[in-house]
Amino acid sequence: MTARPRDAADGPLLQVRGLEVHYPIRSGLLKRTVGAVQAVDGVDLDVERGTTYGLVGESGCGKSTLGRAVLRLTEPTGGSVRIAGEDVRAMGPEALRRARRQMQMVFQDPLASLDPRQSVESALVEPLRVHGIEGGPSAWRTRVRGLLDRVGLPAGAGAKYPHEFSGGQRQRVGIARALVLDPDLLVADEPVSALDVSVQAQVLVLLQELQADLGLTYLVIAHDLAVVKHMSTTVGVMYLGGIVEEGPSAQLYARPLHPYTRALLSAAPVPDPEAEATRERILLRGDLPSPADPPSGCRFRTRCPWVQPTRCADERPALRVVAGHSTAQRVACHWAEEIEAGTVSRADAA
Amino acid sequence: MSPSLLEVEDLRVTFSRRGQPSTTAVDGVSFSVDAGEVVGLVGESGCGKSVTSLAVMGLLPSRGTTVTGSVRFDGTDLLTMAPGQLASRRGKDLAMVFQDPMTSLNPVLTLGRQLTEVLRAHTDLDRAARKAEALDLLGRVGIPDPRRRLGEYPHQLSGGMRQRVLIAIALACSPRLIIADEPTTALDVTIQAQVLDLLTTLVRESGTAMVLITHDLGVVAGTCDRVNVLYAGRVVESASRHDLFARPRHRYTSGLLAAVPRVDAPEGSPLQPVPGSVRDRLEWDAGCAFLPRCGRGDDACRTGGIPLAPTATDLALSPGNPDHEARCVHPAGATT
Repeated sequence: MTARPRDAADGPLLQVRGLEVHYPIRSGLLKRTVGAVQAVDGVDLDVERGTTYGLVGESGCGKSTLGRAVLRLTEPTGGSVRIAGEDVRAMGPEALRRARRQMQMVFQDPLASLDPRQSVESALVEPLRVHGIEGGPSAWRTRVRGLLDRVGLPAGAGAKYPHEFSGGQRQRVGIARALVLDPDLLVADEPVSALDVSVQAQVLVLLQELQADLGLTYLVIAHDLAVVKHMSTTVGVMYLGGIVEEGPSAQLYARPLHPYTRALLSAAPVPDPEAEATRERILLRGDLPSPADPPSGCRFRTRCPWVQPTRCADERPALRVVAGHSTAQRVACHWAEEIEAGTVSRADAA
Repeated sequence: MSPSLLEVEDLRVTFSRRGQPSTTAVDGVSFSVDAGEVVGLVGESGCGKSVTSLAVMGLLPSRGTTVTGSVRFDGTDLLTMAPGQLASRRGKDLAMVFQDPMTSLNPVLTLGRQLTEVLRAHTDLDRAARKAEALDLLGRVGIPDPRRRLGEYPHQLSGGMRQRVLIAIALACSPRLIIADEPTTALDVTIQAQVLDLLTTLVRESGTAMVLITHDLGVVAGTCDRVNVLYAGRVVESASRHDLFARPRHRYTSGLLAAVPRVDAPEGSPLQPVPGSVRDRLEWDAGCAFLPRCGRGDDACRTGGIPLAPTATDLALSPGNPDHEARCVHPAGATT
């Protein structure tokens, strides 16, 4: 398989503006809509060609829904998604089917996305047939075998069935399946979280090699901050349907601005007892509020250790640049400067 | 030296099924836990860490399972104890916290009922006293508004809350030993931090001993006093937390540490994956089970019965204190 020249179009490969996914809550005899679960509520993001955007957040923050909405596997209720300049939301069924060649998904559990009664080769040839890729059956099989070899599976893997593979090999099959149509964009939703620690690194390294060889663009969704840091050029932190902080990976991890990013980083376990003993801990109170009834103003304020009277509850903060930080790092917090300077006190310090 | 609170010696668990070769899930595991100590059992899926904990608790099915060795709790061997006797100690002296808070609670009973059940079984408290105790327990594990929660059902709680309730149930009779099997794996990272904090504080304050079973080296680094690394049913390395991370000896331990991405890693630091999977193993009788995945192995590793022993380097470092042991022919960081 060879890297084909990617279209050198201007602008980011993936551009998301004001994306909303609201699920209606129906109640009563007439199933009237009484409210909405705001799974994704007004997200903007740009993913440049050949880079990786890492989306991190805890369960229920909407990161998976966002990933699915980008590929229109879940129908967005508002906003726009453009891939290589084309509006995915405006596409009819046939145009969307053709566009899916460019954008593929790697799922957390590859076994669930493969037919247990179909050999891997036959499952991987299917998209080539469905999309009418030129060459015919023998060329398709050659391509599939080359791809299985490229993702590090042993010769003869194509004749096997999904259950015959180990967890790491299954994820390799899942990656090969996503690559078979030669897409530009891969959305990987928790690609390694089901794998053993020793195998996780194999899959992460494979994804990075494939990106370098094929010029792929990734949107990686994960709850593991270390995985996201390792993979990503740019990182976005999601909380309750919105991005609360975004920035180049190195800067965001070295100097996090949002209280939630700080709390996440302080809670992520590090395999080093010295580091564990010395670092600052920010323990958050309580649980994630319901996305059906998010708090007013800043959505994080109910758990924020630095919450300040009135403004946090009254006004929803927008993403903005903070003086002294790179303009690529943006944070949605009214008090980011004061928190960094230590001039506002922590509510839990008392 | 006085004996430890829990002493597991040469524990072996074999599962057999008619018409199929038997599988040895735990293959001669020994470790001990003192009061007020947190001991970690770390390893990947299939290494035998959960089966070890179930064997200690006497929770393995009797059909098709052979358990040998000894598990001495406060001097008594739990393995030879009559099932009824063991049941009377389980929940009282020995408690367990499981991974999945969704399936460990009964969905049709209120939390109050499930909390007081263990008190009814093991104490002579009357109804009112049991309820007061349950309220106190929920408060101790940090559940807001415990009075209201007592009347609620598991589905009304979040995952973190349910895990707290399980911990409250485990603590109900002030057990002397808690076995926590992946207690935070199903939880989000901020909730995980809360729950680990809670568990370790409770252990330190009450002098309870804890066995923490996990696959996450980061969790171990933050909580355990002593760590046992398991691979293919055997302990391959045993050390204090500090020594294990500062000077990993077994090639599996050092390999894992190099393969884990870290949030505090410098930009662009590469990962070094451990090749293969746990399926690629040698039988312990034929040599080191990790050999097919080890970059350092050679023919010397192809002999059975490699012992778990202090390495020459560690003996040279601290001759009087040889409690860093590894089951490795070519240990990492060796000076010889």
